[in-house]
Amino acid sequence: MATIAQALRMALHKGEAELGVTDIFGEDVGPPLGGVFTCTQGLKNTWNTPLDERGIIGTAMGLALAGQRVVAEIQFVDYIYNTIDLLKLAGNSCWSSMGQFPLPMVVMSPVGSGIHGSLYHSHSFDALATHLPGWKVVLPSTPSDVYGLMISAIKDPNPVLFLYPKALIRAPSKERLPGEPEDPKVLSKLIDAPLGEARKGWEPSWPAIEPFEIPIGVAKVLKPGQQLTVATYGRMAPICQAAAERLEGEGISAEVIDLRSLYPYDEAALIQSVKKTRRFIVVNEDTEVTNFGEHLLRKITEACFYDLEAPPRLLAGLNSPGIGLAWPLEEAQVPQERHVEAELRALAALSA
Amino acid sequence: MDSLRGLPPGHAGQPALDPVLLYRLMAKSRALEERLVKMTKSADGYFWIGGPGEEAFNVPLGLLIKKGRGPAFDFLHLHYRSSAILTAMGMPMIDAIRQMASRATDPFSGGRNFVGHFAVRDWNVVPVTSPIETQYAIAPGTALAQLRHGGDAITIVNGGDAGTAEGDFATCLNWVSRPGRELPCLVIVTNNHWGISTAFDEVHGDRLIARRAGGFGIRWDTVDGNDAFAASAKLAEVFDYVRRTRKPFCLEAYVSRLHGHSSSSGGARVEEPDCLALLEARLIRDGRLTAALATEIREAYAAEALAALEKVRGEPIPDPRTIHDHVYAG
Repeated sequence: MATIAQALRMALHKGEAELGVTDIFGEDVGPPLGGVFTCTQGLKNTWNTPLDERGIIGTAMGLALAGQRVVAEIQFVDYIYNTIDLLKLAGNSCWSSMGQFPLPMVVMSPVGSGIHGSLYHSHSFDALATHLPGWKVVLPSTPSDVYGLMISAIKDPNPVLFLYPKALIRAPSKERLPGEPEDPKVLSKLIDAPLGEARKGWEPSWPAIEPFEIPIGVAKVLKPGQQLTVATYGRMAPICQAAAERLEGEGISAEVIDLRSLYPYDEAALIQSVKKTRRFIVVNEDTEVTNFGEHLLRKITEACFYDLEAPPRLLAGLNSPGIGLAWPLEEAQVPQERHVEAELRALAALSA
Repeated sequence: MDSLRGLPPGHAGQPALDPVLLYRLMAKSRALEERLVKMTKSADGYFWIGGPGEEAFNVPLGLLIKKGRGPAFDFLHLHYRSSAILTAMGMPMIDAIRQMASRATDPFSGGRNFVGHFAVRDWNVVPVTSPIETQYAIAPGTALAQLRHGGDAITIVNGGDAGTAEGDFATCLNWVSRPGRELPCLVIVTNNHWGISTAFDEVHGDRLIARRAGGFGIRWDTVDGNDAFAASAKLAEVFDYVRRTRKPFCLEAYVSRLHGHSSSSGGARVEEPDCLALLEARLIRDGRLTAALATEIREAYAAEALAALEKVRGEPIPDPRTIHDHVYAG
């Protein structure tokens, strides 16, 4: 039904229409483009900025300090790296001032590989994002989770890094937001900007989505299972789900958990699942060294050591400086469905 | 200076403020800084960094602030040499000493941050940070909120000459000068000619930092920050310009750094022009102050600082059980 791009747009519309969002800004975020992935088309409070990521994050912080509600975009997360000390400041403003200066702001950015994006349009940011205390970090994988988590992010009184998987932005979905038209073509006609001259003067007609939000920090079971637990998120979530469903036919019962939030994350849901399945694997596409999944492995090892029947595992991207453009390179560098399937099969066969 | 194109005639040489009040506040701020420096020697504080030598510029600046909370009032994005601004705004001396002593009673950071790293919600003084440039990137945001709000409140951002080597200075100039979207932001550079131990001339080819603003269509000027009268007059002019026109202005002030970069370089007094001594001599010469009264003023503030320290020594240090307080709001 709705794509992630459409869900994001509808959530931002609710943000500016009902939740006090004053600014949705970034490079090419405003008209005429409405975002390089069309995620901000048709919104009222969008504006274009200089191509200056430090200016985007800095101005978002200043606006938030002055009481405005902002959603700032970094066009690709690969370009957020030169803002790292501003992100650190945003995360410590409340703490360093003993609560005087909380920073309610949302920074959204598409992450990950899958669009032949080469070195600077393919990166993940999981490990660095979760290394910014004071921030909340979400990375949903479906349109309804995108919608619900964006609403929560806008309402949150803290800085929230809203990451979303660029490879899934236009992927078809079986989900339908409550209140969304049944026919995707009808939704498209309502909120997708027409091409060419027809765009001049066009205004969207927003469907009435029934109120709902997804709390930050709550995971979702994509597929229940009994023999092993797969913790994943973002682009890897549907890949893990598909692999697990196929393995069901081989008699391997894997439980797939989409974390949706990386910080705070749903530790209780993971522990509960691992105590049942006794095997644990994390799958993500970030580079493998000092990977966020390694933190999850440590947590689960500490909490479930005597429950585990096999060493916990991590399937992640190769530790290479970038994603290669040619398809054999990207497919070798980032976990693919066949890699996930093989890892799950191997984990199911392992004995402690 | 060609930067004054279009400005009304200034008040050159005319003090905008009561000169004795100016002297008193400068002396108060100096006494505070000298006590803070001594605290690193007496094991009452770990690290000192501050702004002795900048009082002639920073006190009149502090007195021009429209003080309050929210976009109807001025926002201040300061660097760590700004104690004289806070002193002029009314900061009790003891609060800076509390921060220096890392006490739980430190109202700015609860013992979490270095001295001079102020944060005052009720005065729109946003948290001062150790990076020397980030404040320049953040300032356009508060200025934009003020422009929307209406009224005459402005954003003031300051930093040192060394910090202007970072890209955030250019970010600030760019974002406050977008055509048709200019912002009411006073961009200040206090040029003490040093970046820690490296002289400005060694690493900067540009002679006038403020002139960079001209490339963005921003009006700019320079002022002798050791001359309290000249600084007062120039600040009054440029505050008025930004408040009235809702456009940015860039002002570079030449100041002294009287105790070096920080306690990391010893914090000892160095030979540079002293704005407090210069004003004192001028006021005595003009018959506005006697030498005896000047000494009395300085000694009284030194005594106040020492008494404040003695009180602070008895105040509690932070409880480690509070470490996770205020990581998140709500």
